[in-house]
Amino acid sequence: MYRPGRILAWSAGLTALLVAVVIVSAALGPVRIDPVTVSLAALNMLQVPTGLEWRVTTAFPISGSLRYPGLRYAPVFAFDVPETSQTIVGDVRLPRIALAATVGFGLAAAGTVMQGFFRNPLADPSIIGVSTGAAAGAVAAIAFPALVPFGGLHLSAFVGALLTAFAVYAIATEGGRTPVATLLLAGVAVQAFLGAMISYMLVHSGENLRQAVIWMMGHLHASNWVDVQFALPFALVGVGLLAAFTRDMNVLLLGETEASQLGVDVERTKLILLVIATIVTAAGVAVAGVIGFVGLVVPHMMRLIVGPDHRILLPTSALAGASFLVLTDTIARAGPAEVPVGIVTAALGAPFFLFLLKKREVHAV
Amino acid sequence: MSEQRDIQYHAHDPLVTVEAVDLAYDSLTVLEDVSFAIDRGSFVGLIGPNGAGKTSLVHALAGGRAPAVSGRITVDGQAMQALSARASSRLVSVVPQDTALSFSFPVRRIVEMGRHPHRSRFSPPSSDDQALVDRALERTRTAQFADRSIDEISGGERQRVLFARALAQDTPLMLLDEPTASLDINHQIETLELARDLTADGRTIVAAIHDLELAARYCDRLIILANGTVQADGEPESVLTAPALEDAFDAETVVGRNPVTGRPTVTAVSTGEREAQASRLSDRSVHVIGGGAGGATVLERVATTGAKTSVGPVSSDSIVTQRAQTLPSECLTTEPFAPVSDALRRAVLERCQNADVVIVADAVVTAGNQLLFEELDPEMEMVIVETTPFSRRNFAGTGATETYRSIRERAVEATPAGVVDAVERCCIGASGKSTRESSDRSPPETTTDD
Repeated sequence: MYRPGRILAWSAGLTALLVAVVIVSAALGPVRIDPVTVSLAALNMLQVPTGLEWRVTTAFPISGSLRYPGLRYAPVFAFDVPETSQTIVGDVRLPRIALAATVGFGLAAAGTVMQGFFRNPLADPSIIGVSTGAAAGAVAAIAFPALVPFGGLHLSAFVGALLTAFAVYAIATEGGRTPVATLLLAGVAVQAFLGAMISYMLVHSGENLRQAVIWMMGHLHASNWVDVQFALPFALVGVGLLAAFTRDMNVLLLGETEASQLGVDVERTKLILLVIATIVTAAGVAVAGVIGFVGLVVPHMMRLIVGPDHRILLPTSALAGASFLVLTDTIARAGPAEVPVGIVTAALGAPFFLFLLKKREVHAV
Repeated sequence: MSEQRDIQYHAHDPLVTVEAVDLAYDSLTVLEDVSFAIDRGSFVGLIGPNGAGKTSLVHALAGGRAPAVSGRITVDGQAMQALSARASSRLVSVVPQDTALSFSFPVRRIVEMGRHPHRSRFSPPSSDDQALVDRALERTRTAQFADRSIDEISGGERQRVLFARALAQDTPLMLLDEPTASLDINHQIETLELARDLTADGRTIVAAIHDLELAARYCDRLIILANGTVQADGEPESVLTAPALEDAFDAETVVGRNPVTGRPTVTAVSTGEREAQASRLSDRSVHVIGGGAGGATVLERVATTGAKTSVGPVSSDSIVTQRAQTLPSECLTTEPFAPVSDALRRAVLERCQNADVVIVADAVVTAGNQLLFEELDPEMEMVIVETTPFSRRNFAGTGATETYRSIRERAVEATPAGVVDAVERCCIGASGKSTRESSDRSPPETTTDD
């Protein structure tokens, strides 16, 4: 009836692929490092929690510093690796790769959910305005740092994304029902409005224009472990929660009336899926900017390979999305001049999508 | 199964009760003041014109939130509109008309979705789930393509898959929403027979059905929805009457009886057509020679236009004789298997002579009635209706073949459905001919004004 073996086999295979892609990616760069050294250096970065400690945040400059409890970590391995290699791999390349994997993982999973949810092959995580909302938040923080009540760029983007998704959902909901078509159209309208706001802010952003434009193109440049620590919990917990709803997502593909007659509480399930997918997307976009096509193309690709059943489609899409973004970001930084990764994903993703379109494979969600 | 225990336990309670229910979409009221109860193990048909609210009622019975329900619907004692989707889908399953299945799920996965309301979020399927899915696949004869993709199979097969899914859902009440609308006749019958078999096992079925004859044939009870409420409710024989159907469908119908199944048949006639024909034929007389189902159908069609009809010779136990008694029609009968007496033959020939049109409908020629055909006046207006070849109706040898051929040559040929038109043409022809040739038959004066 249900073949957990197939899901495990695919997931294991794609995890192995991800590990391989990560090692190759960490080996490449201005300084070439052999894969064994890379692997050892990466293992040296592994840490386990050993206790609790108090941390201080500076994310809220107005309220002053905030103390919060956190876990104390200790390294597991201590392989002998040259110090420069350890620094390059552990402090420069790995955070960026880990962030790419995290963001790709989350965006592809959210894209899978949105395509199933909207029963629309063109749906992607940003269809209800999450990315545009994040962009508005980020551009506001970049262009008018003084006007944004909280300092952090990530937080500003994250809050912008959530507020936008919430607004779209609230606009589209009437009498306890949220028709998917209304949601889609409300998303388009709100995105258009936010687009105008963003353009206005860009015009008046002065010397910050370049930074804002780079952010909007999607970038993993200068990422650090703090970014990973921000995005990873959202991605892992979010996708884990979504995995509990894969059977409901399958039934929802039959349409809302039929799903309801098969025992799915349609409005509640829609809200849960939308909230989780939005948070996962917002977390990814907040740290990496607007990276298109991962959430659109990867689920389609995996649907062709493993079929439309969300029980296998969701985990495989998430893992494939992680590999895809690590790979495209490696290409983005491998050239003589680094380009924002969003350019590479779109440049690779769009032709691939057109190829699928010509093969008529994208019509069946 | 717990369901079977329940059936024994509450054997005397109705499974479904609908009490003073109104259904509305926003401000548009679809049905008002609907009340009925449905017993366990019955097969109820919901019939009515398009837009009468059949599908809305199906959705409401399934516990749906649209249309809005005021009043009370209970299934197995539970108020449906108060239940969660999960609880209601354990009581009621729905076989939809078709589905938005445009993606390549294997058939088995679709049927497994029927188990969705019974499974917890995290546990793997139980052996019970597995067994019910297998049984549903077998019972609907979908097991042989269980591994094929839903978008690769035919419409009839898809319908059976949806049926299998509802079966796997294992609910005491099953709702079929126009289950036969997209199927050809053999699949329609197959689907409804499967449904009827299920009621024999104690399941209760409510089906919105378009085709009145199929509804009459398979359902124990019909509920006609029309004009915003329940127009009629009862056994097919008592519900399917021409006046009731005229009220519901705003169309005139002829209700007869299917000679094979013995169930009511319904033939719709457009009001204009029927009135026009009735006014033109109401003062005509028609004699029908013929037996069997073909003869009965022809007689019924002609008689219901208001023409004065007679029929014979027919055996006193024939279906035509039975039908003639329900119609205002004179019937000249013989004892079963007896030859046609001289007196009867003369009586029949006299009726033919006096009739405006004689119809020979699938007539069986035997040694006992051969003489009648030989003596038919060649000048009479005749219509011939044949649904079986003459060679299979001839028991009087080659001489009869010759006689029959000469009748066929001078008669107007018609199908059973077109017989009234043919009679009408003959009448016009007869009136024209009568003025030209001053035939000894005297058509009524009124027709010359036509």
